[in-house]
Amino acid sequence: MSKIAFLVPLFPLLGFLVNGLGRKHLSKSAVGIIGSGMIFLSLLASSYLFGMVLFDSSPLAGGKSLESVVTLFNFIKTDAFTIPFEFQVDQLSILFLLIITGIGFLIHLYSTAYMKEEEPQHYARYFAYLNLFIFSMLLLVMGGNYIILFIGWEGVGLCSYLLIGYWFKNGDYNYAAKKAFIMNRIGDLGFLLAVFWILYRLGSVSYSEVFTHIHQLSAADITAITTLLFIGAMGKSAQIPLYTWLPDAMAGPTPVSALIHAATMVTAGIYMIARSNILYTMAPATQTLVAVVGLATAIFAATIALKQNDIKKVLAYSTVSQLGYMFLALGVGAYTGAVFHVMTHAFFKALLFLGAGSVIHAMHHEQDIRKMGNLKKYMPITHITFLLACFAIAGIPPFSGFFSKDEILVAAFAKNPLYYFIGVGGALMTAFYMFRLYTLTFLGNFRGSKEQEHHLHESPSAMTFPLIVLAILSVIGGFIGIPEVFAADKHWLEHFLSPIFAESAKLSEAHHLSHSQEYIMMGVVTALIVSVILFTVNHFKKFSATDSGEATGFGKILANKWYIDELYDKAIVNPLNAFAGLLKNVIEKTGIDGAVNGVGKLVAYGSRQLRLVQSGQVASYLLIMILAMVVFFIVWFNDITITKLVEKLF
Amino acid sequence: MIALLLLLIPLATGLICFGLKQGNAAKHFSLLASVATLALALVAVYTPTAIGYDTAWLSDLGSRFTLKMDGMGKMLCLLTAVVYPLIFTAVYRNEYKNASAFFGLMLLTQAGLMGVFLATDALLFYFFWELALIPVYFLCSLWGGEKRIAVTFKFFIYTFIGSLLMLVGLLYMYFQTADHSFSINSLYAVKLDAAHQSLLFWLFFVAFAIKMPIFPFHTWQPDAYEQSPTATTMVMSGVMVKMGIFAVIRWLIPMFPLATVQFSNTVIILSVIGMVYASFIAIRQDDIKRLIAYSSIAHIGLMSAAIFTNNSSALNGVMIQMFNHGINVIGLWILADMIEQQLGTRKLSELGGLAQKAPAMAILLVVMALANIALPLTNAFVGEFLMFNGLFRYNIWIAAVAGISIILAAVYTLNMVQKIIYGNLSVKTENAIDLPLNIKFALVIIALLVIVFGVFPQPMIELTKDSVTALFVKK
Repeated sequence: MSKIAFLVPLFPLLGFLVNGLGRKHLSKSAVGIIGSGMIFLSLLASSYLFGMVLFDSSPLAGGKSLESVVTLFNFIKTDAFTIPFEFQVDQLSILFLLIITGIGFLIHLYSTAYMKEEEPQHYARYFAYLNLFIFSMLLLVMGGNYIILFIGWEGVGLCSYLLIGYWFKNGDYNYAAKKAFIMNRIGDLGFLLAVFWILYRLGSVSYSEVFTHIHQLSAADITAITTLLFIGAMGKSAQIPLYTWLPDAMAGPTPVSALIHAATMVTAGIYMIARSNILYTMAPATQTLVAVVGLATAIFAATIALKQNDIKKVLAYSTVSQLGYMFLALGVGAYTGAVFHVMTHAFFKALLFLGAGSVIHAMHHEQDIRKMGNLKKYMPITHITFLLACFAIAGIPPFSGFFSKDEILVAAFAKNPLYYFIGVGGALMTAFYMFRLYTLTFLGNFRGSKEQEHHLHESPSAMTFPLIVLAILSVIGGFIGIPEVFAADKHWLEHFLSPIFAESAKLSEAHHLSHSQEYIMMGVVTALIVSVILFTVNHFKKFSATDSGEATGFGKILANKWYIDELYDKAIVNPLNAFAGLLKNVIEKTGIDGAVNGVGKLVAYGSRQLRLVQSGQVASYLLIMILAMVVFFIVWFNDITITKLVEKLF
Repeated sequence: MIALLLLLIPLATGLICFGLKQGNAAKHFSLLASVATLALALVAVYTPTAIGYDTAWLSDLGSRFTLKMDGMGKMLCLLTAVVYPLIFTAVYRNEYKNASAFFGLMLLTQAGLMGVFLATDALLFYFFWELALIPVYFLCSLWGGEKRIAVTFKFFIYTFIGSLLMLVGLLYMYFQTADHSFSINSLYAVKLDAAHQSLLFWLFFVAFAIKMPIFPFHTWQPDAYEQSPTATTMVMSGVMVKMGIFAVIRWLIPMFPLATVQFSNTVIILSVIGMVYASFIAIRQDDIKRLIAYSSIAHIGLMSAAIFTNNSSALNGVMIQMFNHGINVIGLWILADMIEQQLGTRKLSELGGLAQKAPAMAILLVVMALANIALPLTNAFVGEFLMFNGLFRYNIWIAAVAGISIILAAVYTLNMVQKIIYGNLSVKTENAIDLPLNIKFALVIIALLVIVFGVFPQPMIELTKDSVTALFVKK
C-alpha cells in the first residue's frame, strides 16, 4: 500500500521546481494552478493512503497488517550503522498528512487571490516557497526515522525563513526571518544531540528499531534523550524560552502565517513527541518538565495576547498559548488529546489567520484593530466564519475546540488538579482576548479613515471558499473525539490512534473521573467562559476612536510582551556580540597574531643583527633556514650515514 | 599509468603555459588542460581497482617514484581536478597581467597537489608538498592585494617552518627504517617507543596543523585568503587545506599510533576551541572574504577533531567532507570575487538589496549559504552529521561545545546573506547587474553538486571506504 507513499511529497517538490525554475516564463494563473494543483494531488494521494490505513486497522483486513514502512534507498550507510531514506505511513502520520495537505491546499487556493498584486516573478517565487514548505513538512511527518524527520525539520525552518522574509526589501522582516531560523537552530542542536545519543546506544535511528529496543536504554539515557528532544521541540513549536520568533514571524504574508501556525512547522514539535511517546512515558521527570513548560507558555503567552493591538500579533500569541496546551497534554500523557488539539487548532487557527488576512486585505494593509470596527456590515462571510472560529478556540460546546481542550484539561486534572486550574485560567484569558479581537474588529463603529471605509469589501470567492470549508471543520471537527462521558466508546480518534500509543497506554494507569465530576467541571468552565465572552463583547463594543487604547501600568508591561525581547538582547545577544568583538579585536589581533608577528620580527631583527644577509627578502630567510637545518642535522644525528647522504647528494 | 598522467598533464601544461604568448592563449589553454585532467580523474574514479605507478627514482637514497591511488586519493584527486575548471571558468573574465605565468603557476600547483595525494614515498611526498606551495608564494606576492608582500611573508614563514619540521621528522624516520627507505610501508613498519613517537608526532603535526589550519596556527590564513588573487585563494581553501588533513590520515596516524592515542585529547580540544573561536570571530566580520576564511577555519576544525575521535563513521564523514567543503567554499569565493570585481567593495556594510538587481546571484548565494550551514539535503550535512556523531561518542560535552558552532554558523552566514542580497540598495549596489554567464555556469554546477551529494551521499562514502578501513586495520 505504501508503494505510492512517495507521491505525497513528490507533487509539492515538482511544484516547487516548476514554479521556481519557470518563474520568469509562467503566467500568474499557471503558477497558481500548478502551486495549488500539486498540493491537491498530494491531498488525493494522502486520502488514498488514509483509506488504506483505515481499512488496514478495521476488522475487514482480517488481522493481516500491511507493512507501514517503505524504504527508498540507503541515505547513509557506514560500517557502524545504516540510515535508510524511509517513509512510515501509519495512523499518526496519515492524520498529519491529511491536515497538512488539506489545510495546505486551502491556503494555496486562498493565496492565489491574496497575493494577486504581486509581480508574476515574485508570485511564482511565493508559490515555489509554499510548495517547498509543504514538501518539507511532509518529509517531517512521513520520515521513518529521526534523520528523515530532521531533514523536514530543518526544511520547514528554511522555508519559514524564506517566507517570513518574502518581502525582502524590508529590513525588519529580514531580521524576523533570521531570528526565526537562529532560534530554531538552538533547538536543533538539542535535537541532534538526542539523535546522537539514540544512535550511540541503539545503533539505529529508525522508529521501528528504536521503539522496540527501548529496554536497552537506561533510565538516565531516556531522561537525557527526551529532554534533548524536547529542547528541539521548544524551538520548533515556540515554547518558553524559545518562543519569541513566532510572534515576529507574522512579518510574512498572512497566508504564510496561517501555514506556519496551523498546518505546518509549529506542530512539528508535538508530532515528534507524540511519535516518541513511549520514550516520554518512560521518562516521568521529562514529562513533568514538558507539562510545566507547556502550561507556563500557555499562560504567559495568553497574558501577552490580552494587550496586543495588531490583529496578527493577538493570533500569534494565541498560537503560542495553544501550543502550550498541547505540550501540557503530552506532559500528562494525553497523547491522543495533544494530537486532537493539533487537529482542531489547525482548523480554527487557519480560519482565524485567513480571516485576518481577509480583513487586512479589505483594510488595505491596516492591522491595528483599534482602527477597525463594524466590519460585519461589509464582510458578512468573513465575519461569520471568524466568529465561529472564535467560539471554537474559546471552547464553547459543541465547537471543535471544546472537545479537544476539554480532553486535555480533564487529563491534566487527573494528573494534578493544579494544572487544571491554571489551565482553566488560560482558557478564560483565551476567551477574553479572542472576543476583544472579534469585537474591536467586527462590532462597534468603524474607526478607520473615510477612504478605507469607502473601499471596504468582501473578499473574492477564492478567499471566502477556504474560510467556509474551515468554518465547517471548526464547527464539526470535534465530533471525532466525543468524550466518554457523553457517549461510551464513541471516541473515534482514540481508537484510530490506539496502535501508536498502545505501549504507552500499557505503562500508564488510566485515571477516570466520575461522570458527575466531569459534568460539573465542564458546566462550570463553560459558564465561566460564556460570562467572560459576554463581558468582553459588552465592554469593547463601546470602544471609540477617541480612546487611545494606550496601556498603562501593568498593562504596559503586557503590551510590551513582558520586555522579553529586550531582556534577551541585553542578557544574551549583546554580551555574546561583545565577546565576539573581544575575540576579534583583542585576542586575535594583539594576542595570537601579535605573538606570531613578534616571533617574525624577532627573526628579522636577529638576522639583521647577524648581518648574514641584509636584503630582508624572502629568499634570504630561506637561505638562513636551510643553513640552520643543515647545522641542526649534523649536530643531531652526527652519524656516518649523514656524511654518506651528503656525499651522495652533492 | 592514469596516476602518472594525472600528475604529468598539469605539470607539462603548466610548463608549456609559461611559454605561451600573453593574452587569452594561456587562459584558453589552461582551461582545456584542466578539463582534460578532470576527464582523466573521472576515469580514475570509475576504475574499480586500485591504481598505481612505480619506477626507480633516487634509488641510492632508498626513494622510489611510487604513486598509489586508494579511495581517499581518488576522491582528493577528483576534487583537485573538479575545482580547476570551475576556477578557470569563474575567473575567465578577470584580466591578469602576465597571464601566461599566472596560469602556468596555477597548473604547477595542481601538479603538486596531485602528487601530494598520490605519492606513497615520503621523499616524493615532500617534494610535491613543496611543489604545491612554492608557486602559491609567487602567485600571492605577484598578483595579490595591497598588503601582499607582508602577508606572503607571513604565510611563507608559517608554512616553511612547518615544512622544515616535517623534513626533520621525515629524515629521522628514514634512518629508523630497516631498509633505509622512504617507502610508506617501511615507514609504517618502524616501531618507535612512546617517547620518540610523541616528539615526532608534533614535528609532523605542526606542519599539518599549519596547513589546515588549526587554532592557534591559523592567523596566516585570513590574511592570505584576503590578499591573494581569488583564483589562488580558491585553490588554497578548497584544496590545499585538505593536504593537512590528508597527511594526518595518510602519514601521521599510521606512523605514530601510540602518540595519536596520547595526544588525541589535546588535538580535539584545540580543534574544538578553534571551531567556536573562529565562529565567534566570523560573526563580527564586515569583510566577506575574512568572514568566509573564519567560517572555513571553523569547518576544518571539525574535520580535524573528527579524525582523532578514533571512530570509523566519523572518518567516513571526514572523507566526504573534504570533497564537499572544497566545492562549497569555492562557490562562496566565486560569489565574493564577483561582488568585489563588480562593485568594488567586500564590506557587508556597503552592500544590500542585490536580490532586486541580481536574482540569479541571490538564489545561488542562498544555496551556498545553506551548504555552509550544513542544512540537510545539502552535501555538507552528511559529513557534519557523521563527524559530530563521532565527536559525541568521544565526549558528550566536547560535542555540545562544538555544537555551538552549528548555531553560530547560522548567525554569521544568514547575516552575510541578509546584508548582501536583502534590504535596500546602497550607493555601491545601485548599478549592480546579474551574474555573467561564465560565473553562473560555474555556480550552477556547484549548486548541483551540493544537492546531488546532499541527497545521495552514499557513493562518496563507498568510494573512500577502503581508506577508512585501512586506517583502522593499521591501528
